[in-house]
Amino acid sequence: MIQLVALVPLFPLIGFLINGFFGKKISKSLAGLIATLAVAASFVVSLLIFFELEHAEVKSHVVTIFSWFNSDTLKIPFEFVVDPLSSWFLLIITGIGSLIHLYSTGYMHDDEGFARFFTYLNLFVFFMLLLVLGNNYLIMFVGWEGVGLCSYLLIGFWFKNTEYNNAAKKAFIMNRIGDLGFLLGIILIFITFGSISYNQVFPIASGANGTTVTAIALLLFIGAMGKSAQLPLYTWLPDAMAGPTPVSALIHAATMVTAGIYMIVRSNIFYSMSEIASEFVAVIGVITALFAAVIGLFQNDIKKVLAYSTVSQLGLMFLGLGVGAYSSSVFHVTTHAFFKALLFLGAGSVIHAMGGEQDMRKMGGLSKHLKITYATMAIATLAISGFPGLSGFFSKDEILAHTYEHSPVLWFVGQVASMLTAFYMFRLLFLTFFGSFRGTHEQEHHLHESPSSMTIPLIVLAVLSLVGGVLGLPEFWGMTNWMHHHLDVLILHKNPSTMPHDTEWMLMGIAVASALATIYVAYVIYRQKHIVPLPEGEKMPTLQRIIYHKFYVDEIYDALVRKPLDAMSAAFKFIDTKFIDAVVNGVGDAVNGGSGLVRKLQTGHIGFYIFAMVIGIISILFFVFN
Amino acid sequence: MLVGLLIFVPLIASLLVLFTKGKASRTAALGLSIIELVIAAVVFFQFKHNPDNAALTLNYSWIESMGIHFSVSINALSLLMVLLTAFLTPLIILSSFNTEYENPHSFYSLILFMQMALVGVFTTNDGFLFYIFWELALIPIYFICLLWGGENRGRITFKFFVYTLFGSLFMLIGLVYLYNHTGIDTGIKSWAVNDLYVAGKSLSLNQQSFVFWAIFLAFAVKMPVFPLHTWQPDTYVNAPTQGTMLLSGIMLKMGTFGAIKWLLPITPLALERWGYLVIALSIIGIIYASCIAIVQKDYKRLIAYSSIAHVGLISAGIFTANQQGIQGSLVQMLAHGVNVVGLFLIADILMRHTGTRELNKLGGIRNMNGNFAVLFLIIMMGAVALPLTNGFIGEFLLINSVFQYHAIAGAFAGLTIILGAVYMLRSYQAIMLGERHDSAVAFGSLASSDKWALYIICATVIVLGVYPKPISDLAEEGAKLIIMNLK
Amino acid sequence: MLNGIPINYYIMLSAILFIIGVVGVMARRNAIIIFMCIELMLNAVNLLLVSFSTLHNDASGQVFVFFIMAVAAAEVAVGLAILSMVYRHLKTVDIDLLNRLKN
Repeated sequence: MIQLVALVPLFPLIGFLINGFFGKKISKSLAGLIATLAVAASFVVSLLIFFELEHAEVKSHVVTIFSWFNSDTLKIPFEFVVDPLSSWFLLIITGIGSLIHLYSTGYMHDDEGFARFFTYLNLFVFFMLLLVLGNNYLIMFVGWEGVGLCSYLLIGFWFKNTEYNNAAKKAFIMNRIGDLGFLLGIILIFITFGSISYNQVFPIASGANGTTVTAIALLLFIGAMGKSAQLPLYTWLPDAMAGPTPVSALIHAATMVTAGIYMIVRSNIFYSMSEIASEFVAVIGVITALFAAVIGLFQNDIKKVLAYSTVSQLGLMFLGLGVGAYSSSVFHVTTHAFFKALLFLGAGSVIHAMGGEQDMRKMGGLSKHLKITYATMAIATLAISGFPGLSGFFSKDEILAHTYEHSPVLWFVGQVASMLTAFYMFRLLFLTFFGSFRGTHEQEHHLHESPSSMTIPLIVLAVLSLVGGVLGLPEFWGMTNWMHHHLDVLILHKNPSTMPHDTEWMLMGIAVASALATIYVAYVIYRQKHIVPLPEGEKMPTLQRIIYHKFYVDEIYDALVRKPLDAMSAAFKFIDTKFIDAVVNGVGDAVNGGSGLVRKLQTGHIGFYIFAMVIGIISILFFVFN
Repeated sequence: MLVGLLIFVPLIASLLVLFTKGKASRTAALGLSIIELVIAAVVFFQFKHNPDNAALTLNYSWIESMGIHFSVSINALSLLMVLLTAFLTPLIILSSFNTEYENPHSFYSLILFMQMALVGVFTTNDGFLFYIFWELALIPIYFICLLWGGENRGRITFKFFVYTLFGSLFMLIGLVYLYNHTGIDTGIKSWAVNDLYVAGKSLSLNQQSFVFWAIFLAFAVKMPVFPLHTWQPDTYVNAPTQGTMLLSGIMLKMGTFGAIKWLLPITPLALERWGYLVIALSIIGIIYASCIAIVQKDYKRLIAYSSIAHVGLISAGIFTANQQGIQGSLVQMLAHGVNVVGLFLIADILMRHTGTRELNKLGGIRNMNGNFAVLFLIIMMGAVALPLTNGFIGEFLLINSVFQYHAIAGAFAGLTIILGAVYMLRSYQAIMLGERHDSAVAFGSLASSDKWALYIICATVIVLGVYPKPISDLAEEGAKLIIMNLK
Repeated sequence: MLNGIPINYYIMLSAILFIIGVVGVMARRNAIIIFMCIELMLNAVNLLLVSFSTLHNDASGQVFVFFIMAVAAAEVAVGLAILSMVYRHLKTVDIDLLNRLKN
């Protein structure tokens, strides 16, 4: 099966082609079915590959599809790699992907762009699979940019809305900023090692110059900043919520945004070798985690809260990567994919029931009407908040424990960020599902549980969020951390934990206590006191206002980047016509004018010509004979 | 002999078309240009089969006393450019099917004549012949722009003509200077390219610098390289669409191709000494033109500036004179040729269907014609060098080469992928997305000739992106030929 | 020494004749007078040629003179024909008025 790994991206590609060419001609249910089956088929193949690899002796297989292009010593084959890391990501992508495809058949049912939606979605899955399957950085880059394109298409899916189009454009351009860094990183890898294939670069990586490795690691990380929405390139992700909710779940929570984490885990050797780079990753990660969590505190749009929560969780994962806990980050990617996809899908179900309303101030008391949605979202909220025993508890705890070992300061900031996460997630839960309904009467009448095509994915994901923790049980409990062992072959520089067990117990205790305490605070504020966020336009305290306006980062970027760029462009345009072209035209005019002057010599007076001739002859004679 | 056909078929075709009338002209022109495409394909397979095939070279003595030969041949370099020319010409003719031109027979005759001259430029191995073809290519495009151009065409075409001619004259000086230095050992003077290479290398640094700048000027104007570009946007906007396509799709490649074949191997010392300056100018051009493209309101003008930016990257890559740079520039020349023709066709379609190219008077065309939106998107993705489109490989190799030359320069050259996305997405959004603008109301389905031209272009964008090997291998070989001659 | 007259005298005479011719050409506006002045210059040269020819006993100088006379005759024939045509059309041979080629 491993040799047939090409089937995994092939199925979504076929689905894309069928829906792309014939989507308008076939019925909606058929289009949805084809798309979902395509991804489900990939999932089945991925499962087979996964289990085959589990039992295989050799843990890394390279499958060559064709030779893409060569340039002297630079050889770029179209090659796939099957190893524990890529096979695990295949499962996440195709597994969650098929659930979300199924969900979308219900969610998008009334949309006129139904077939188009699935075309894009299948294309996305195809590119995402290329990203994780590629055996060299350029194939990864193909997927990397491809998912960016799909993200662009899906954020701007409702293309009549200018705001959505702007969000799509912003996502693409911000990603491209990161992509430039990534591309330069790839080029530097080629220049340094003479190849960009993983199996050729990594074995010789340790021989490279330290500064170069740091530069490679930092350049690659710039790519990750863009794709995984880290400071300072994160602002596109909250805006990306303009896309249909399943897109937010699949692309902007579960899969695409974790590409940065995948990439760093894949390149872990560079980060392990470079103290500076890994430190940088950790610091950016933890700042992002805290920053986004703070912004999440006061958002009222249900999807925006989840978006900031995603940014914050991604920050946590980068923190894990920065402190060398690669497998813990992959573990968190996995559990996060479960519960964040679930949260988004649940939010989608809520929005579906509310008739498109996304403002939590107009919700409330929905638990009565949307029982399944409520139950599953409650599980996801508990999981993300780090409630003991649920999946998020284990993965987050593992990252924070490693962080503590590395630097207590980073651990403290990370702990605060996760407390804030617990707070705003319960805020979301209470505002949405508890209390009394605050929307219009019409909306209340319309409230209904979503169809089973939407609730089944919710239930499956809820189960996964509940039990996902078994993938990485803490070793100090005397359990086996499966994830850690699974990825062990890929981590080239190992730093085994030397922390005493009682410290680990203490950290876990702090995490649990702080999570429970925060949940209680949220309970008091939003459940007992029934506090509802202020409506738009009401005066807020200064600090709250700044946070509510997301620290005005968008406005700052506007002033620092967009306006200067526009001004520079206008200046260039001015220079172009008024200076450079003016010089060119000036030369032309000067020749014209000069000719006009010289022409005056041709007076037409024969007498003058003769005079000139005589003078000429005399002067020639004078010069010749002198 | 085959290579002779490549040159003479378009020449005969251009004469034949003169005897047609009305709509028959364009059909005849299309058919004849497809014959040329078939010949080019045959040449391609012959070359793949056996690169030393005698049918791929032609060498007659023309003016014995001056060492001038009618010498043309196909190698990897010229084959690539011939393929580009032969592929684009029928597309360009096809794209004209919905426009009624006065005196169509002379219009199409000029296009075919131009094809002849272009093929000549790309295949010749004789410096004198190169110059003749080079100037011969200018004549038809001058008349195309002058007779079928837009408002103000007189002044603009005149400027274009004088500007390029001015550059070319310096090239002539450079070539004559080289010619006078040939045959130091044998005493026999020659215009053959290999003899010119030898002559160039025998010169001192100062002499090489003189030749370098003289010849560079001609190519730089043609490409155009910042700051010699100001003739270009006006000419592109004012020329009839087919003229613009010829200019941007093929003719500007004369400049880049010329730099590769007729400049780099001749003056390696001067290249080492002055290359940084040309690369710096090219990179300034990339950023400068991209920025201007961002604020353009006329879509055709926007594409014109985007073309300057793309060519900036190509020329930066060429003058790094490393394998990736030259190979990348060759691949990118093909990709850019196809994409820019596609974009200009789109601008033409917009103009015909809505009567305007002003971005703020367009909008929401996607509501009216979803297929057009998809085709436009694919071509645009090619232009912003998305992987798996034809634009990517060239751009990757080019940025790679500039990065090898100097890391900071590489980073600045790389800005093209960001700025390119900015102006392309901005314009796409302004034209296609959002609520329907009044101008889009009448935007119905496309004429079948437009549709087919776009289909072919889109297919090329994707096929060359997914499987670039045939082209990239040729480019690799061509680049190796040049690199070998640099030493 | 030619027949007792020093060669310098011939040279001086030729020079004077020539200068008269030049000044005439430059100063006068009547085309016919200009013509005559040109003839004067030619003949000044002829005189010089003949003198030196005799001085050196070399006939080739006199051959030149015949050539010059023949050319001058032809020139006068064509020139006068043009002038008479000009006169018929313009009723003047004033060269200052013959500036049609300007512009």
